[in-house]
Amino acid sequence: MSQTSSATTSTIALVVNGEARTFEGDPQTPLLWVLRDTLKLTGTKYSCGIGLCGACTVHMDGRPIRSCATAVSLVAGKKITTIEGLAPAGAEHPLQTAWKAHQVPQCGYCQSGQIMQAAALLATRPNATEAQIESYMDGILCRCGTYQRIRAAIKDAQAAGRQG
Amino acid sequence: MSSTMLSRRAFLGSAAATGAFVLGTRLVPVSVFSQDALAQGPWEPGVYLAILPDGLVRIIAHRSEMGTGIRTSLPLVVADELDADWARVTLVQALGDKKYGSQNTDGSCSIRDFYEPMRVAGATARTMLEQAAAKTWNVPVAEVAARNHAVVHGASGRSLGFGDLVATARTLPVPAAASLQFKKAEAYRYVGTPMPSVDLEAIVKGQAVYGADVERPGMLLASIVRPPVLGSTLTSLDDGAARKVAGVTDVVKLAEATAPFGFKPLGGVAVLGTSTWATLQGRKALNAQWSASPNASFDSATFRKTLVDVVHTPGRVVRTQGNVDATIGVGPTHEATYYTPMLAHAPMEPPMAVAEVTGGKAEIWTCTQNPQAVQDTVAQALGITPEDVTCHVTLLGGGFGRKSKPDYAAEAALLARQVGKPVKVVWTREDDLQFDFFHAPSAQYLKAAIGPDGLPTAWLQRTAFPPIGSTFDEKEQYGGGQVNMGFTDLPYPIANLRVENNPAPAHVRIGWLRSVAHIHHAFAVQSFTDELAALAKADRVEYLLRIIGQPRVIDLAAEGAKGVRANPQHPFDTARLRRVIELVAEKSDWAKKPAAPGRALGIAAHYSFFSYIAAVVEVEVNARGQVKIPRVDVAVDAGTIVSPDRVASQFEGAAVFGTSIALLSEITAREGRIDQTNFANYILARQDNAPKETHVHVVKSTAPPAGVGEPGVPVIMPAIANAIFAATGKRLRDLPMRKVPMNG
Ligand code: FES
Ligand code: FES
Repeated sequence: MSQTSSATTSTIALVVNGEARTFEGDPQTPLLWVLRDTLKLTGTKYSCGIGLCGACTVHMDGRPIRSCATAVSLVAGKKITTIEGLAPAGAEHPLQTAWKAHQVPQCGYCQSGQIMQAAALLATRPNATEAQIESYMDGILCRCGTYQRIRAAIKDAQAAGRQG
Repeated sequence: MSSTMLSRRAFLGSAAATGAFVLGTRLVPVSVFSQDALAQGPWEPGVYLAILPDGLVRIIAHRSEMGTGIRTSLPLVVADELDADWARVTLVQALGDKKYGSQNTDGSCSIRDFYEPMRVAGATARTMLEQAAAKTWNVPVAEVAARNHAVVHGASGRSLGFGDLVATARTLPVPAAASLQFKKAEAYRYVGTPMPSVDLEAIVKGQAVYGADVERPGMLLASIVRPPVLGSTLTSLDDGAARKVAGVTDVVKLAEATAPFGFKPLGGVAVLGTSTWATLQGRKALNAQWSASPNASFDSATFRKTLVDVVHTPGRVVRTQGNVDATIGVGPTHEATYYTPMLAHAPMEPPMAVAEVTGGKAEIWTCTQNPQAVQDTVAQALGITPEDVTCHVTLLGGGFGRKSKPDYAAEAALLARQVGKPVKVVWTREDDLQFDFFHAPSAQYLKAAIGPDGLPTAWLQRTAFPPIGSTFDEKEQYGGGQVNMGFTDLPYPIANLRVENNPAPAHVRIGWLRSVAHIHHAFAVQSFTDELAALAKADRVEYLLRIIGQPRVIDLAAEGAKGVRANPQHPFDTARLRRVIELVAEKSDWAKKPAAPGRALGIAAHYSFFSYIAAVVEVEVNARGQVKIPRVDVAVDAGTIVSPDRVASQFEGAAVFGTSIALLSEITAREGRIDQTNFANYILARQDNAPKETHVHVVKSTAPPAGVGEPGVPVIMPAIANAIFAATGKRLRDLPMRKVPMNG
């Protein structure tokens, strides 16, 4: 991927939700602010800014990353998926279906991060146990306390996946 | 004024009776306008709803949505009374406007105060639609009835949709409130069913708009360095490096606030720029020096001792009956001192606000619990009138009381005026934790004389904490109404009882956090009760029922409490408290799960926001002293329930919130500065230490609706402490409990 640099400014090409995008600016800018301020993808949330809460979780080549603690220069040429691109337009991801069935969200602010983290788990370990779900999801804070519904929804989506 | 005019009249007697403040403004049709012109527009039979000629029903959500589901629940009440089809209802989030009555989404009062007004709004419109249909068909109104977005005439089978009736309905006089017929509870279609939140779809798709997500054309971002100690002022500033950061456009000094701090913006130095990252980088490059402040003497460890010492001295008596001094020395006694630390709200979305200021008018977009306070605070900061401030309310990424204090909106307004562009003020997590309106640190001292049956014959309790009042009057050191939150209203019939409040000065902004003073008072009282039960070697549930005594309605004034006003809608009935204790004991299998080393149940019961709550918490403490909570059972009597699933979710969340308070969270200060900076040192419950499962058991009730958002929290901390004692023999009287080794 192309990456031209001046002293403080670079042009960085990325693929976000399947679309080629470019960012011009400080290559140290966390991906979070590129998504939110530049690309106007505000589904990805800021809450701690230093990798402690998971509100900003997106996928890089399918792996969950904390976009607040990932410089945009590190994702040049990588495939980034945000909550807006988790399911094709007009469709929904099985987790989104399960999330609605369990009415998981309260304020909802942490939920993009919860769903993105859970989606990575579902994709890589579709039969994760309760304990594995708990430890995989431990990094994503929810001040409203929706944890038990999050686990219940993930288990539903696992079951739906086995049937489908 | 277009097709309608404002007319002031009393909205309804019952609205006033439920404490809903002024709801006096109704929009009524004006016959001077031509029928043609009127027919085009929406018909607004009140401030909370409109019906369009195409049949669409538009309902105003005037309270703030921070996760309780209130934006859905109150409109559902309107729709149900109206007999509208929810699929043909759209919601409009209200701007800040006094015509809606209080919009301060706080104090667990939305359903409590607005259930009746919403029923009235729906019933008024339905009645007028029925009258319109009867008039159209020339039949008695008693022969027609609203059914699912239409009015039907049973005898003839005729039916007209709501939209078809708008033209006639709008010509009719608004019926007197007293004449309205309400639906019977059995006839409700939505109230009492688990209807999903209207925001659910947008949230799971990442499309929901919070304060943080608002964007205006040409908007600048701003980040503010605030005075590190309350009351300190800027003495020198070098902003040369900050201004050189690419993307930084301005550095603006904001005047420091002086006491009383109230909701005033704190002041400091703002760095503005074209991206959030630029402002954060610019801010790091600032070199700001600050003056000393009297509050620099504040050290939370020293202050803990001050609080503990003061509750061992006589305080201001807020309730007294019998003669405690003469009786408390007789026979065996027990005494204990409790301490709870400062806490921060830490909503996942920090405070955020966008402002545009042009020509003496301000427009604000923000995550606020209280848009009318935004209007007032911004108006004061800018020297304009509240009517010149328009406040748009976004979704809130959590509130917990923080977002009813609109200092951040005033910051945005001041900056927007200064730079002549829209400005979004971004609070970092560090800002949020350091410049909160903190939950007060507190100490309680309790002492009881114990009779031969193990029950107290005399009881003395004292509490001290810097009061919320200090934020508005820095000299205030007494708790006022906060002492009545779970302390003055001790529900035990004890012949000799005295309740006292000791003074405590504030050094930071003190504010209300979900459950407010119930947090510390329930912890002390319900822990102490468990201690007495342990001394009596009694089953904790039985002891709790015995100490509450025979069912009675408590008349606090007759029982020696000063300045406590009874609420006739909500008498404090201990029969309801006993019932939730019995229910939670049954549902948790209390009797079948005796304590074992390292694993035990604990119980606590508490009355707050007019709701009766009892919780049983199961804890496991391993050899390394780590605490796990496999299960929580909560029994709830909150009167009439509108949205059972959202009620359950509030109590599930409260169990997690209470677990954070019990085990993990603490704000400390040295030299007046807050130590905590982010989630690494302000610790909140996560998947692994939150309760695994919380089961919520709701008592069916037709009593007036009571609070739901807050009452779930106070029981959790003492129930955990009591369970840990039963499992380990360790009595933990200081929060957070992680600071004491449980295996030592
Ligand atoms: S905002 Fe990225 S982990 Fe908290
Ligand atoms: S739903 Fe509010 S923070 Fe998780």
